[in-house]
Amino acid sequence: MSSTTTGGAGAGEPTRRDFLYIAAVGIGAVGTAAAIWPFISQMNPSADVLALSSIEVDLSNIQTGMSVTVLWRGKPVFVRHRTQAEIDKAVADDKADLPDPATDESRVKKPEWLVMMGVCTHLGCVPLGQQGDYGGWFCPCHGSHYDTSGRIRKGPAPLNLPVPEYAFISDTRIKIG
Amino acid sequence: MALQLQNPILKWIEYRLPVFSTIDHMVGSGYPTPKNLNYLWNFGSLAGIVLVVQIVTGIVLAMHYTPHTSLAFDSVEHIMRDVNYGWLMRYLHANGASMFFVVVYIHIFRGLYYGSYKTPRELLWFIGIIILLAMMATAFMGYVLPWGQMSFWGATVITNLFSAFPFIGDPIVTWLWGGFAVDNPTLNRFFSLHFLLPFVIVGLVMLHLLALHQHGSNNPLGVEKKGPQDTIPFHPYYTVKDLFGLGVFLIFFAYWVFFNPNYLGHPDNYIPANPLVTPAHIVPEWYFLPFYAILRAVPDKLGGVLLMFGAILILFLLPWLDTSRVKSSRFRPIYKQFYWVFVLACIGLLWAGGQPPEGLPLYLSRVCTVYYFAHFLVVMPLVGWFERPRPLPASISEPVLGGGKLPAGAAARGTH
Ligand code: HEM
Ligand code: FES
Repeated sequence: MSSTTTGGAGAGEPTRRDFLYIAAVGIGAVGTAAAIWPFISQMNPSADVLALSSIEVDLSNIQTGMSVTVLWRGKPVFVRHRTQAEIDKAVADDKADLPDPATDESRVKKPEWLVMMGVCTHLGCVPLGQQGDYGGWFCPCHGSHYDTSGRIRKGPAPLNLPVPEYAFISDTRIKIG
Repeated sequence: MALQLQNPILKWIEYRLPVFSTIDHMVGSGYPTPKNLNYLWNFGSLAGIVLVVQIVTGIVLAMHYTPHTSLAFDSVEHIMRDVNYGWLMRYLHANGASMFFVVVYIHIFRGLYYGSYKTPRELLWFIGIIILLAMMATAFMGYVLPWGQMSFWGATVITNLFSAFPFIGDPIVTWLWGGFAVDNPTLNRFFSLHFLLPFVIVGLVMLHLLALHQHGSNNPLGVEKKGPQDTIPFHPYYTVKDLFGLGVFLIFFAYWVFFNPNYLGHPDNYIPANPLVTPAHIVPEWYFLPFYAILRAVPDKLGGVLLMFGAILILFLLPWLDTSRVKSSRFRPIYKQFYWVFVLACIGLLWAGGQPPEGLPLYLSRVCTVYYFAHFLVVMPLVGWFERPRPLPASISEPVLGGGKLPAGAAARGTH
């Protein structure tokens, strides 16, 4: 590199000029990175997209054995009023061989209400309800089977259908997000 | 051959701004070309012409299209029904994308057969692969624009591929979407990039030509040209041949545009996008099917994604994986057979990619995926090593004229 020495340092010794050179290039690189950042960051969700992040769902009209699908942050959320048979099956399978182990209890706030994202954890399709080998959900895109607790049982999807953050604001109302 | 300008105005300009010699260097008609090129050498110029067709029709479509989730679908229908010749512009553009891939795939298989990726054309080959990647990105984002069911779910599935990467995956997907799902910000940026990328491709094509003209075209014999007796000027010989090929190609193109314009697309894309319902069978456009088949052949999410990208990236290694010193498969009796097995494997993947991933198609896609990679990683290095190629001709003209003597016309032609 720079052998144009100016100071009194011997050959091979770093000089004051080397230091200035490296410092200038280093500052230049940091400055360039800082200038590029806004151009990358602008593609992340904007403030209004982030603001749209909670909805309320009225449960009083959802009979046992019925589900509704609501749109939250552009994605479907399944709200299912489970039958006793479905709950029993989900709890019984807690000890089955699960690719993404989770107990049914950890996935619900009240056993009869299963609230989860309707987005297949493989590549994002919407699974079809009450279908597939486990009587839960079946994703038509590449054949993933979920059970009555929304846990992945078979197929290419790696994870259970995620449970979004939600809370019961009354006995018949939940707030998602 | 240096450019000789006669016109004083052109000379005046050239002296100050060397545009004409630059253009001449890239697409110059005096370019000495091997005299034995067959019709497979037509596909490069065809690809260039289709690119121009896409840009011209695309700019027209952009004058009438609206990139917003609530208006995009209707604006495409408006193009189809109300805009003068809008149907023609859109059908040319949609089918033009398919034609682009037909032409480019043939162009690539030509290169594979005749060893065009070997020294000294490695960078030419690399630029070609980058063009293919840019084309794929462009076509993918273009297909999202009409905002039909396939647009939406194709975009969802393909962008979700990135979520397979540990840690960085989910932030990347959110960043690509500009939200928590494919939505208006996604459509907007895809429109912007779909408009931009074709012009990036134009720049890459210029580099491709610059690299091509450095050493000239390869040829069916894979023997480099040795002197003027092996070449003819590009103009008029290959301009005429290219124009004839263009005529034939345009008949093929016109068949799709005028008689079967929706065959290559998918009917579900005439249903407006609905984020709550996934169509029963999501299939990408035909030109992505082989890669889609590879993705689904692997039972593991990350593995499938890596192999799918790897299927293209592996092409960058060909100059080193192919250990044979002979370029053209014509003189490679063993490799030639494997070449056709490879073509069959690609066709098998194309078919399997369009079927539901179970039973025979799934089995076939696995077999073909294994062969796809084995062809490059095992067959190419080994066959190149062990195969005894047939004797190469001493020059391009030798097989026709014998001995490589200078034929009577060749000397005179040098002054063209
Ligand atoms: C590399 C060249 C290009 C390719 C491969 C390509 C590919 C595509 C594809 C596959 C579609 C979807 C067609 C459909 O099913 O409706 C599309 C749509 C569209 N493209 Fe392109 N395109 C290219 C260049 C361009 C350029 C340069 C522009 C603008 C300047 C453009 C503007 C549009 C517009 C506005 C649409 C939406 C209208 C429609 O869907 O028909 N394209 N493109
Ligand atoms: S997206 Fe559900 S199985 Fe692939």
